[in-house]
Amino acid sequence: MPKIPIAEWVQSLVEWMSDHLSVLFDAISLIIATVVDFIAWLFLLPHPIIFILILGVIAYWAGRIPLALFSMIGFLLIYNLDYWTQTMDSLALVITSGLVSILLGVPIGILTAYNRTASRIIIPILDFMQTMPAFVYLLPAVTFFSLGVVPGVIASVIFSIPPTIRLTQLGIKQVPEELVEASNAFGSTAFQKLFKVQLPLAMPTLMAGVNQTIMLSLSMVVIASMIGAQGIGAEVYRAVTQLQIGKGFEAGLVVVILAIVLDRLSQNIFKTKKR
Amino acid sequence: MAILEIKDVIKLFGPNQEQGVALLKQGYTKQQLAKEKQITVGVNRVNLDIQQGEIFVIMGLSGSGKSTLVRMFNRLIEPTSGQILVHGKDLMKMNKEQLRHVRRKTISMVFQKFALFPHRSVIENVEYGLEIQKVDKKTRREKALQSLELVGLKGWGDKKPDELSGGMQQRVGLARALANDPEVLLMDEAFSALDPLIRRDMQDELLELQLRMKKTIIFITHDLDEALRIGDRIALMREGSVVQVGTPEEILMQPANRFVERFVEDVDLSKVLTASHVMRRPETITLDRGPRTALQLMRERGISNLFVIDRSKHLLGVITAEDASNAYKHHQSLQDILITDGPKVTPERLIGELFEITSSAKVPLAVVDSDNRLLGVIVRGALLGALAGDIDFKEVTDHA
Repeated sequence: MPKIPIAEWVQSLVEWMSDHLSVLFDAISLIIATVVDFIAWLFLLPHPIIFILILGVIAYWAGRIPLALFSMIGFLLIYNLDYWTQTMDSLALVITSGLVSILLGVPIGILTAYNRTASRIIIPILDFMQTMPAFVYLLPAVTFFSLGVVPGVIASVIFSIPPTIRLTQLGIKQVPEELVEASNAFGSTAFQKLFKVQLPLAMPTLMAGVNQTIMLSLSMVVIASMIGAQGIGAEVYRAVTQLQIGKGFEAGLVVVILAIVLDRLSQNIFKTKKR
Repeated sequence: MAILEIKDVIKLFGPNQEQGVALLKQGYTKQQLAKEKQITVGVNRVNLDIQQGEIFVIMGLSGSGKSTLVRMFNRLIEPTSGQILVHGKDLMKMNKEQLRHVRRKTISMVFQKFALFPHRSVIENVEYGLEIQKVDKKTRREKALQSLELVGLKGWGDKKPDELSGGMQQRVGLARALANDPEVLLMDEAFSALDPLIRRDMQDELLELQLRMKKTIIFITHDLDEALRIGDRIALMREGSVVQVGTPEEILMQPANRFVERFVEDVDLSKVLTASHVMRRPETITLDRGPRTALQLMRERGISNLFVIDRSKHLLGVITAEDASNAYKHHQSLQDILITDGPKVTPERLIGELFEITSSAKVPLAVVDSDNRLLGVIVRGALLGALAGDIDFKEVTDHA
């Protein structure tokens, strides 16, 4: 029995796309690179101490004093360990892929909540995206977007967008039927119903999805460094390849601090707004 | 004038609905359709005319199709066939835009589980209907405050719905529906989720509001007492069909079939029957007659009291046989022995409220109209008889 030539098919599809859609990929590449660079530039603009103070204020406003203290001490440690620039680069990558995930994921989630056919097509694709080993995306990403931070963002988005889509869908479907009915009964248009009733009520669930997405894209920083994305991931990768145990631990610790601060901040900022 | 006309409306669930409609019109029953064609009949050929300004109650047990029916009045549920005319215009032929207009301006709805938006404050909930019509902020806030005051929730606007009790939440639901100033209010089991006492208060308040507003109210309920209390007319539904439409009295006194009869069997008559149902023709005399004539009259009729009226039947008072006999001996006139502070009631009073009055009074209860004209008399025996079911309802309704 002859082997089904899946590998050949994918190969030629990727080559065809790279040949014919290069204008599109160049445009996407330009936009993403600009956004990442801008965010990184913005974060590196103030002195680290000032950045830490601002972070402290935001963390305090978002909730509690312990969070503010932890954020400030954590980032001071990062500054002390001399990983500041790399951390800011990684932060820019995470925030960019988070933004892209929200911008794409929320509308797709809304679509799947409204349309059963769309849901039936999209949900299996999400399963596919999440379970396919992330390394596999890296190659086509490099083919389309060359080396650097852009394919890193793309790979992060593919890997981390599913929770935003799924939980947006769930959030909207969870809105009690009688509230949707009430909104209809008063003569809302579809947009009014979505923006005045469904989305506000879906917000807690949706934000849980966004939080998950941010965490997942942070977990991609090390993998992204393998294709040339600068940042703390690159430090981890270098330490691992050079068997520098101590340095590897330091860089890993920075990733942990970043993860905890991002997680608690993204959870709390929404809760504060709700109050 | 009919504000809402429902013509031959059918709602089916399941496959082959077109065929189902045809079969139903050929006389297939609900059971046959379910068994042979797997079609569920939600609403079966309903015809109703709802008049401007009335409280029209649609009553039935759960699963009788009443909620489905009422949701077709604003097309939250699409009828399978039939016509729904609002001010003579067919709702079924309207496009989305026109339908929205009807929902915004003409028909508002109050829901069983309140359906308040939990992320909005009370006042923002009340404003919702105006907000989506893009009424400017100042105007809609004003109207919302008025509406909130109307339902007795002045000063509660900044609370969140979950900070309010059930009764208060439903007032917010009512205020939200009223803020649009609709002509028709659809109230879907609006008070069913409330405690009995609160429910009773809400019914009273709704009736009071209605006196001022004169809206057309379509009220869904499974509670017969509620239906009898607030309905001007009642439609009884069973298995998707309307079994009987009539005033509360007609439903009680002339049940259309066994089903209605069974339904009304357990009704507490003291809360339904009124003075007009149990009163009898009064024996009367005019004031210019003497005590002797009065005595003679009482002896003839075998009674011990006479009502005294003037020429246009206005009630002046009552005299007793004992007083009349004394007056005869002492050469007094009827005027001298007239009891003017005897009890009197209007014909609408429920008989449940009459027991106390009759038991504390020495003379029979007079029933008078608003001009104090004597309509009838109520004796204790008749009151008890009525509660025991010993009353010819048909005859009574003919009189009333």
